[in-house]
Amino acid sequence: MNHDSYSDSYIRGILNTVKTIAMVGASEKQNRPSYFAFKYLLERGYRMIPINPGHAGETMVGQPIYARLADIPEPVDMVDIFRGSQYALPIVQEALALKPPPSVIWMQLGVRNDEAAALAEANGMKVVMNRCPKIEYGRLSSEIAWMGVNTRTISARKATIGGVQRMSLNRVTAPGGATAASDRVQRGDGGH
Amino acid sequence: MTERIPGFSTLAVHAGAQPDPTTGARATPIYQTTSYVFESVDHAASLFGLQTFGNIYTRIGNPTNAVLEERVAALEGGTAGLAVASGHAAQVLVFHCLMQPGDEFVASKKLYGGSINQFNHAFKNFGWNVVWADPDDISSFERAISPKTKAIFTESIANPGGVITDMDAVAQVAKRAGVPYIVDNTLASPYLCRPFEHGADIIVHSLTKFLGGHGNSIGGMIVDGGTFNWSRERRYPMLCEPRPEYHGIVLHETFGNFAFAIACRVLALRDIGSALSPFNAFLILTGIETLPLRMRKHCDNTLTVAQWISNHPKVAWVSYPGLPGDRFHNLAKKYCPNGAGAVFTFGLKGGYDAGVKLVSNVKLFSHLANIGDTRSLIIHPASTTHRQLSDAQKTAAGAGPDVVRLSIGIEDHEDIIADLEEGLAD
Repeated sequence: MNHDSYSDSYIRGILNTVKTIAMVGASEKQNRPSYFAFKYLLERGYRMIPINPGHAGETMVGQPIYARLADIPEPVDMVDIFRGSQYALPIVQEALALKPPPSVIWMQLGVRNDEAAALAEANGMKVVMNRCPKIEYGRLSSEIAWMGVNTRTISARKATIGGVQRMSLNRVTAPGGATAASDRVQRGDGGH
Repeated sequence: MTERIPGFSTLAVHAGAQPDPTTGARATPIYQTTSYVFESVDHAASLFGLQTFGNIYTRIGNPTNAVLEERVAALEGGTAGLAVASGHAAQVLVFHCLMQPGDEFVASKKLYGGSINQFNHAFKNFGWNVVWADPDDISSFERAISPKTKAIFTESIANPGGVITDMDAVAQVAKRAGVPYIVDNTLASPYLCRPFEHGADIIVHSLTKFLGGHGNSIGGMIVDGGTFNWSRERRYPMLCEPRPEYHGIVLHETFGNFAFAIACRVLALRDIGSALSPFNAFLILTGIETLPLRMRKHCDNTLTVAQWISNHPKVAWVSYPGLPGDRFHNLAKKYCPNGAGAVFTFGLKGGYDAGVKLVSNVKLFSHLANIGDTRSLIIHPASTTHRQLSDAQKTAAGAGPDVVRLSIGIEDHEDIIADLEEGLAD
């Protein structure tokens, strides 16, 4: 697999399939890229599990932090590696030991480890390196275009906002209009 | 599985736009609003902290402008764009993100006269010092580099003289110096020339010209090529150091290959304020849809007119790189294979007075200080746009006393030629 570029369909397939993502190296510091990505993906409906041994037992955006992948009490679909490239191989080895193992290894923007990728792929995992799932989600949904970013996609279809558009009933009442006039006609005290 | 990549004309119509998600409106709506409601306090905090994508205030971003930004970024093959109030505003914002007082940048001396003024005067007040180089002698760029150099700036096709910059060669100088290469691609438009394919790192545009194309809206654009490694060079604190304006985030680390466009938006445009009106963005977007059609007609007409005028007895010389024999013809074939643009200059044997007489006599040509309109335009730079420059500067910029500049429109070329013929008659 060529890891210098990925097709949109490959990335889209992963983001449309995975539901639970463990983020290794998630930081509670609100100015860190991992915090940005964690919160964004959580808001988009992914189940997000932070892994950070220095903060195990605390929570991050309401989600309990675990020290290591093996401590997660449920299956994960994807491991997102927010650590330096040199740490990617042992993290992939930890991921392979999970029962069941995750189906996707994702290494963040700036993280690339071909040996770790080869190991994961040899075990049937999909691998993405040097990309950010938040940016890719924003790009393929075109939401990131609000920041002027070239999504490298086009579409003549109307984007759906979760099915039928629902408007809130809880609006402020304004005076006048046909209802008040017809009430007055009914009462016989003038229709104008 | 290979994915089909849309062609240039398809992108010119579609990139950035899609039916409005709430109303289904097919044309891009003009979001004529100053501000956008937040979904919650937490959503507002995420937006202000750059943690999520969305709209806050039209000075920083607007959905109509965003369509324009993605459209131009797609046509240039860049990672992201930022639309601003004018081409000059684009240049201020770009250099604001790169320069600190006392820094230098190297610029080609063959530039639009307005840029020469901006660099020589307004920029000097900020302590941003231009060092001029000669595009006819690439080694002059090399010699102009100093430890204070932060960028190199050229135009692709230079205004008004029809100079084609050897961008591959200038890009090599920039690479060796470890500085970004900025190209103003206004005269060519991405239809004729794609500077990112020749080593540019940042592209700026006056959208007022061929991209808008109809002479109705002022606008500017910055496009990030995504090619410059801000973290490796470590000389650009806006990009590679924690920003106090945003709780210490590092833009290059957070936004990767579109960090420069983000810096221009959230650091420069936010604080300097030269935002584009969404109404202008709408008009420019409509113009861009026909960019490929117009540029073909512009170029066909211009070659025909340039050939005719080069045979006129009152004309001393013509500078149009599209003409075989022009000294920039080979560079034009390399960098602008689909045509050498629609702006060129020629010299009148009668000098300054003959230039004034011609602009006074023409009836179809509009005498005004713009280029890149559907209408044919004429100007005598020495008596107008380049009036403030010294005689030496005028000649250096290709705007000597005998020079007339034409921007050829998309009318019938027979009518354009007839108007010039009448205007040149005794």
